Amino acid sequence: MSGPYENTERHTQFVGQDKPRRNAVRHAHGRGKFVDDIVLANMAHIAFFRSPYAHAEIISIDVEEARNLLGVVDVFTAADITDICTPWVGKLDHFPGLRSPEQLPLANGRARWNGEPVVAVVAETRAIAEDALELIDVEWQELPAIVGIDNSRSADGPLVHPEYDSNVAFVMELTAGDSKDAFANADVIVEDTLELGRQTGLTLEPRSIIADFDPSLRKLTAYHSTQTPYQMQDIFTRHFNLSEENVRVISPDVGGSFGMKLHVYGEEMAAVAASIRIGRPVKFIADRMESFLSDIHLREHKVHARMALTKDGDILAMQVDDATGIGPFSVYPRTSAMEGNQALRLMGAPYKMPHYDGKLTVLFQNKAPTCQYRAVGHPIGVTTTEHLVDLAAKKLNMDPFEIRRRNVTTQDMYPLKTAGGYILERLSHEECLDKLEKLMDYQALRAEQAELRERGIYRGIGIGAFIEITNPGPAFYGVGGARISSQDGCFMKLEPSGKIRIAVSVTEQGQGTETVMAQVAATYLGVDIDHVDVITGDTERTPYGGATWASRGAGIGGSTVMIAALALKENLLEIAAVILQGDASKFDIVDGEIIDIATKRSVISLSELGRIAYFRPDTLPADYHPQLSVTRHYVPQGTPFDFTNGVQASYLEVDVETGIVKLLDHWVVEDCGIILNRQLVDEQIRGGVVHGLGGILFEECLYSPEGQLMSATMADYLAPLANEMPDIHIAHCETPTNMTPLGAKGVGEAGTAAAGAVVLNAVNDALHPLDATLRTTPLTPERILTALGKI
Amino acid sequence: MDPSYALSFKLNGRQVKQEVSPRTSLADMLRNQMGLTATHIGCEQGACGACNVVVDGKTVRSCLIFAIQMEGAEIETSQGFEGDPLMATLRENFANRNALQCGFCTGGMLLAARDLIKTTPKPNREEIREHISGNFCRCTGYEAIVDAIWKTAHEALDLEGEK
Repeated sequence: MSGPYENTERHTQFVGQDKPRRNAVRHAHGRGKFVDDIVLANMAHIAFFRSPYAHAEIISIDVEEARNLLGVVDVFTAADITDICTPWVGKLDHFPGLRSPEQLPLANGRARWNGEPVVAVVAETRAIAEDALELIDVEWQELPAIVGIDNSRSADGPLVHPEYDSNVAFVMELTAGDSKDAFANADVIVEDTLELGRQTGLTLEPRSIIADFDPSLRKLTAYHSTQTPYQMQDIFTRHFNLSEENVRVISPDVGGSFGMKLHVYGEEMAAVAASIRIGRPVKFIADRMESFLSDIHLREHKVHARMALTKDGDILAMQVDDATGIGPFSVYPRTSAMEGNQALRLMGAPYKMPHYDGKLTVLFQNKAPTCQYRAVGHPIGVTTTEHLVDLAAKKLNMDPFEIRRRNVTTQDMYPLKTAGGYILERLSHEECLDKLEKLMDYQALRAEQAELRERGIYRGIGIGAFIEITNPGPAFYGVGGARISSQDGCFMKLEPSGKIRIAVSVTEQGQGTETVMAQVAATYLGVDIDHVDVITGDTERTPYGGATWASRGAGIGGSTVMIAALALKENLLEIAAVILQGDASKFDIVDGEIIDIATKRSVISLSELGRIAYFRPDTLPADYHPQLSVTRHYVPQGTPFDFTNGVQASYLEVDVETGIVKLLDHWVVEDCGIILNRQLVDEQIRGGVVHGLGGILFEECLYSPEGQLMSATMADYLAPLANEMPDIHIAHCETPTNMTPLGAKGVGEAGTAAAGAVVLNAVNDALHPLDATLRTTPLTPERILTALGKI
Repeated sequence: MDPSYALSFKLNGRQVKQEVSPRTSLADMLRNQMGLTATHIGCEQGACGACNVVVDGKTVRSCLIFAIQMEGAEIETSQGFEGDPLMATLRENFANRNALQCGFCTGGMLLAARDLIKTTPKPNREEIREHISGNFCRCTGYEAIVDAIWKTAHEALDLEGEK
């Protein structure tokens, strides 16, 4: 596919890959600075009285005793802040028909999930604020709670929102070809219903904000643990009726985010409201129970899916009916329809599948809201597809590699549009499958599996292919009306010492964004990476941009830095030419020295150039003004997204007496285009895989039938620990994208996309001789023993 | 307002005095009253390990201990260990191997790692994984952490002169 950057000369080796991240050095020495580490003078603390019910009418709220407690500064409810905060609605124009009621920072009249914030208390310390919560008296009228997906879908059941005719928030249908005809003529049909358990983000640093409102200038400074400072600047501006230039959002070190820290949360908006009300800085740090109750949840889906194939194993069609429970609101501003949308579009996406019918039903419930999180929708689409592919392979007596090789889209087909509507520039499925088979020594593993099975040991091998959505352009949010930038900006300057400082709008939450931006700048300028300093995460000190989410940091942010570096380099060569009275086209920059290309010898160092240009410009020609800094912006071009691809495999053992799964090995072969930093790419993949493994084996937000969250501590919500995780082997293919000058795609979702799917396939492979099939996740020992008929 | 009580204890090698209220946790005292913010609070339930500190030679959760229990104690936090070659090597290997991403779990993880190498000088990977399984990391998937600890334990490091 011809992209706008097809003939761009690209670097494939980047400066400084062998150096540790400066941020890693800092954190290893205990020098991190997270929001909770910041203490401002005169700072107050906010805590929340939360709904003990999943669904209840608020009859009355008595806060008098709380207000009178010594040390309490302010107490407010939703009704008290309607004059300073306008409500929001989580809708986007490109999801026509999506509906969700208006929301305020606190429950207004009715609480719709267990843990929804109802009353805010602001006090001199968090402890006093929590003491005051005990003194609040709310009279409730409990209402029936809508908890399960079927419960929500039931036509005559109770409603989450009485103003709507049903609990349906959104419906979407996709059609490609003629799936009915394909199913009518298929040799083989497989079908199943998967129930995927609701998870949450569980960043180790909880959600945090200090809102510091200066009433004298109506200026708000927010120190906010967020991925998206510009989006939050816009939201604070509009919903608190402030002036955009008077709103500054600073994201210091962010202790994990994974997509969880880019949504609008009532508590954070209430902290801003509190600061505006009292004219003092107000700190909100969620405790862990608050995090479980009110961070976004994700991926509660019930998917009925069918696949039609020929007797030779060619996939003809899929029919998918996916229902997802999103809690009581579509989350602002990115909506809770996006996850299901992507899940539906990713069904069958690695394969030559001409016919498809998909239906998505997004349902309201009385549980915490769900929204976008790492690998949005991918695990649902990939798990469903790969489960059906394995069912078909078993039915056709085909090897899992063979059936996938037969069906993956091939080099002669690109560019192509998938059945779900995605445009793929160029992928490398065949190469990835070949690499994986060798990497895992597949035949040897099958032999070992067979041998152990003779001895009553049940091991399974699961493989699965995926595509991954990265580098989103304006089609993602902007066209839907969301004020979320798809372009990014970079400011870059030469310091007088010859060192480089850059300020860029993509942000860092541990991925290594700052290191990668420094690498790109160092590479395209021709300087040492240690001579590049990077500033991120401050709306007042960096150009406006989209920041970091949906695997856009390296691909889009890196391209922004690249064009800024090329522009600054051009300026520096011109300045050198003026100083030396030479020809700029004969010069280059290598290791911080301007060199003569012909002789490869240094003609002037950047530090000497800086000295002359900044301190002795009088020695330069009259009316010559050296341009020592540049700003460049970059807009993603071409296709709406740059897709990556890959395959994963799992090898595991199921103890059929206890139902416990022991992960033995895990492999990933993936293709993120040009690799900017191998170690950081691999660690993104490993971290992502473990999120996927947690989701498939352990993690589940458990609600009682009354809608009480039963898993609100880290002892009850089980996330992966080191002794449960395998080493993860990684290999790469490199298919650059021509849609960005840099040629790099994203990699943050790849690990999570298929890790769960291959474990499900491996467990079902292990249990195949026992006629047991798992279809509900997470794959707890209880579910495995139930499938085995043992309990 | 809460009553407060004067304590005297040793913190990162120095004798200090501090007034605390009876309900203040050790983690809150270290962070809010003594400015030692690398002791992170991830759960306040003793589950996550980000608040690990060493009290009288034992690695413990500072969120589960009241500060008022610290009278006469010897406390080391992840910001201490000045001149400790094992901690210096762990820090270097963690950074080089990218055994941390966001950095929130790192202080607690370093203390767990040091504790292991002190008691099991040449641990294998399983032993490392087992020992750090009281510490959550949500970013790395643990493999890089295991690598960094393994390298520290197995490289020729002269720990003889260490306390």
